[in-house]
Amino acid sequence: MDAINLTESIDWEFIEHVKEESGQDPALCYQCGNCTAGCPYSHYFDYPVSQIMRLLQAGQKDTILNSKAIWLCATCETCTTRCPCEIDVAHIMDVLRIIARRENRVSEKDIKLFYDSFLDSVKKFGRIYEVGTLMSYNLRSGHLFADSDLGPKVLAHNKIHFLPKKIKGSDKVAKIFDRFQETLKKHG
Amino acid sequence: MAKKRYAYYQGCSLEGTAVEYDKSMRVVFDALGIDYVEPEDWSCCGSTPAHTVDHVFAAALAARNLSIIENMGLDVVTTNCPSCLMAFKKAQYSMENDETFKEKVNELLDEKYNCGVYAKSSLQILYEDVGLEAISNRVTHIIPDMKAAPYYGCIMNRPPKIAQFDDPENPISMDRIISALGIEVCDFAFKLECCGAAFGVPKRKMVNELSKKVIAMAEDAGANCIVVACPLCQQNLDLRQEQINQTTGSNFNIPVIYFTQLMGLAFGYTPKELGLDKLIVSADHFARSRITKQEYLEREKAKEQEKKAKKEVKKQETGEEENP
Repeated sequence: MDAINLTESIDWEFIEHVKEESGQDPALCYQCGNCTAGCPYSHYFDYPVSQIMRLLQAGQKDTILNSKAIWLCATCETCTTRCPCEIDVAHIMDVLRIIARRENRVSEKDIKLFYDSFLDSVKKFGRIYEVGTLMSYNLRSGHLFADSDLGPKVLAHNKIHFLPKKIKGSDKVAKIFDRFQETLKKHG
Repeated sequence: MAKKRYAYYQGCSLEGTAVEYDKSMRVVFDALGIDYVEPEDWSCCGSTPAHTVDHVFAAALAARNLSIIENMGLDVVTTNCPSCLMAFKKAQYSMENDETFKEKVNELLDEKYNCGVYAKSSLQILYEDVGLEAISNRVTHIIPDMKAAPYYGCIMNRPPKIAQFDDPENPISMDRIISALGIEVCDFAFKLECCGAAFGVPKRKMVNELSKKVIAMAEDAGANCIVVACPLCQQNLDLRQEQINQTTGSNFNIPVIYFTQLMGLAFGYTPKELGLDKLIVSADHFARSRITKQEYLEREKAKEQEKKAKKEVKKQETGEEENP
């Protein structure tokens, strides 16, 4: 990590925002590193989770929201389970990812695209249509043949449906999406 | 007392790539006399993608289902999928403990949810409500050749504050169920280690590498079968096993079977009835090598007698040497 001039760069508002939205107090973290030691993704993160916690204490908004770590976290809950200060670390990571999404800062575009393809299916059909979700992802990401090697396997074992199944209340599910969008607009 | 009736939430993946988990769970529920009913017109729980957007929104997708179940007059929903389970449990937890959050969720819903439904994994229902004795009593067949690595996945029991079931570091419920079926359980260190979760499509290499660690640890523990409770873990370890071999240079060929399929086999059901044909790495040899419980007990008795006889002979031999 680079040296940081804290006097100039602490974003107090950001710290307060994360505290409020997560209901957690990052100041409780004493940097024991237990979360990072247990995290299966440490090897893939640009900043291991204990460093994200330290950056948060120091109000380093840009570094955190532009990090890959917050998108690569799978919410496996190891950090939360093992934190001796009982901080819900995985929940903080989730909140950071949500804020990054709202501010349109997406360091891992493919991951976000996959999530979006998934949610589009939920909005349209009320449930997940696996083939459609994968196809939509492949088209939008440009990775046209991602996981195409799995196709013959699922076909041979008759594991997929080629037509989506729309539930009766799919309009009610779509309304949840719409109302949520409205609240976002209302609150800026 | 009237028999407890559960709402059974199938979840999306159990309609598709994990159809055998649903099939085998229904067989096991029926075999053990569990009374369950499906909520009508259920929708997706929101899963991982929803909670990366917003927590109120995610809770609303889950709570639409809880509200349907509440209106059916039921208070427990059981689901096989840990991701659905956590979506329900987290929605319930946040809504119960935060009145403002609850209001915000209900503003997104057509039918308000009043927080009267508790989610439990099907594993928990089988372990706590049915119990090991009833499971063991139902066993008709034993698979003597199997050495099982019980793989729970990361969120069946975690975080403990919300999961409220089993141990968050060393769970034992599935171990004990497998033991109750007369099957050998290996001492497996990666019961909860993450397989790579929902990143399989966008981050395939990373998922393959993480899954590899899990399979390698199972094999190191002496397992010849991985027993799972999560449809996503199953997919990452089984459907992607050839990818894992290609990505990491490994050479795995180990069956990854749902614990409910294993229960069904022990209860004497056919592989077809349990969707064993849906597994990519075949587990058919385990079904073929089954013997009846009677046969197994006789075999064990014979082994015991043989051991005793050998001891006897040895005793006589050494005895003769000592007293010529």
